[in-house]
Amino acid sequence: MNRLGPSRVTRTVIGVVVGAFFAIPLLSTVLYTFRMPDGTYSGARWLGLFDAHTVATAKPIWTGLGNSLVLCLVTVAIVLLLLAPTMVLVNLRFPQLRRAFEFTVLLPISIPAIVLVVGLAPIYLQIGRALGTGTWTLAFAYGITVLPFAYRSIQASIDAVDLKTLAEAARSLGAGWPTTVLRVLAPNLRPGLLAASLIAVAVVLGEFTIASLLNRQVFQTAMVVVQKQDPYLPAIFTLLALLFCFLLLLAIGRAARGPRKDRP
Amino acid sequence: MTVLAAAGVDAAASAPAPNLTPARRSPSWAWAGLIPFAAYVLLFLALPTVLAIGSGFFTRSGAFTWDNIAALGEPLILTTFANSAGLSLFTALIGAVVGALVCYALLGTRADGLVRSSVDAAAGVLAQFGGVMLAFAFIATIGIQGVVTLLLKNSFGIDIFAAGTWLYELPGLILPYIFFQIPLMVITFMPALSALKPQWVEANLTLGGTSASFWLRIGIPVLAPSFLASLLLLFANAFSSYATAAALASQGSQIVPLQIRSALTSETVLGRENLAGALALGMIVIVGAVMVAYSAIQRRASRWQA
Repeated sequence: MNRLGPSRVTRTVIGVVVGAFFAIPLLSTVLYTFRMPDGTYSGARWLGLFDAHTVATAKPIWTGLGNSLVLCLVTVAIVLLLLAPTMVLVNLRFPQLRRAFEFTVLLPISIPAIVLVVGLAPIYLQIGRALGTGTWTLAFAYGITVLPFAYRSIQASIDAVDLKTLAEAARSLGAGWPTTVLRVLAPNLRPGLLAASLIAVAVVLGEFTIASLLNRQVFQTAMVVVQKQDPYLPAIFTLLALLFCFLLLLAIGRAARGPRKDRP
Repeated sequence: MTVLAAAGVDAAASAPAPNLTPARRSPSWAWAGLIPFAAYVLLFLALPTVLAIGSGFFTRSGAFTWDNIAALGEPLILTTFANSAGLSLFTALIGAVVGALVCYALLGTRADGLVRSSVDAAAGVLAQFGGVMLAFAFIATIGIQGVVTLLLKNSFGIDIFAAGTWLYELPGLILPYIFFQIPLMVITFMPALSALKPQWVEANLTLGGTSASFWLRIGIPVLAPSFLASLLLLFANAFSSYATAAALASQGSQIVPLQIRSALTSETVLGRENLAGALALGMIVIVGAVMVAYSAIQRRASRWQA
């Protein structure tokens, strides 16, 4: 308890007013999905989510969701196989590069996605010619937008363990570099790697700007398409996605904290 | 999305640099390990940024021109930038003040208690809950068929759209933007507020001060830099935001990101070919300046958060 805090009355007033501002749109969205055109309420839309007719209307959403999940996998691969090894290398062998590296990976915060997409458009024109116009290539751009968040999670884990000593111990016991990285360093960095992967999934599932302006169909762009025919379906998927996002962030919180025994 | 990273800047910057001894082995081959990542960042971060900024200076056929940059001075474009700046500043101010009030209210709860951790978790989700889905939530609430719209109309006879369907125009962006600004403020400002030391309160009381004198002479002066830094972050966040506006305002280009959309999707805006590049340059100058100011102020503010 902190003596600086306001009185119970002030606290309650602030809580209720601000809470209502956030609760009303969310509750309204729930009610909206239950309200029928004649003014009655029924769960028909939720129960009918897998009816043939609804599935046909929602087809872009399912396709987009499938594309987004592929993008999640490739983006997580970029984080785990490209970013994480480079961070280990920088921390172990090139500590003098740490500041420059940090500056680079945090740079995407200051560059709005809408600006990035202006420059990505000509690049993706070339990628389209070389690799085809498959949605998965978007993951290269998503890897950049995820960079600051993933960096922060992994760096927190790197700061928490003594990478140098671990690596030296493993090396002096005769382990080669692949063994050292995979069987000694990676398990020690697991909370950070897990949190970085989950954040990557959350960011990719919520991304709209880049996909929309490069004409790729992902979960978010599909919702806008479907919304024009049936405004209720995207509302349902919004609620489901919000729930999923909440569970994901809960998992990130757990992952970032790590198992209790790891705490100093 | 700016949230996590913004906190990350401080966390990483304040972390002590490990005193690592120089590598004993010759680093000749180790440099090669940096190449894939460097190539990736060059190709997908540096190159697009340069292309985005640079393309405004060229015509489609590749000749150098000032024409696109000059277009930034056109009344239509100036209005768009003014709209964007006004919307961002207004929602940042409201978000910052309300968010700070929420942080203040949270001070009265236990740091490890249920209330604090629930609000933290909710703020994390809601700050991420930007974009298209937020637009849908507001369409479901105060859209033409929205739950609140119909409730007000049927039960109280109030037509919120009597003056036109403002939800799909510039004023309609205010409420959704505030919806993601408040949680962002809670996330970025709470660390500063919880860093106020109880000893300072006690010292103030011992010296005969009151609660009011504590806030006026200690609390607010100490918190002012953090508050200003968070305000700048909120401004940049709103200024860069595209998805919510794109989903709500399907027609018209009232703010800069939507103007970039028109410039990218249609052939020409204002009779110019590469206007998107010029608009991107304008955006990056503004957001860049705000973020530089943010990190300068944040560095000063972090003095009190040791």
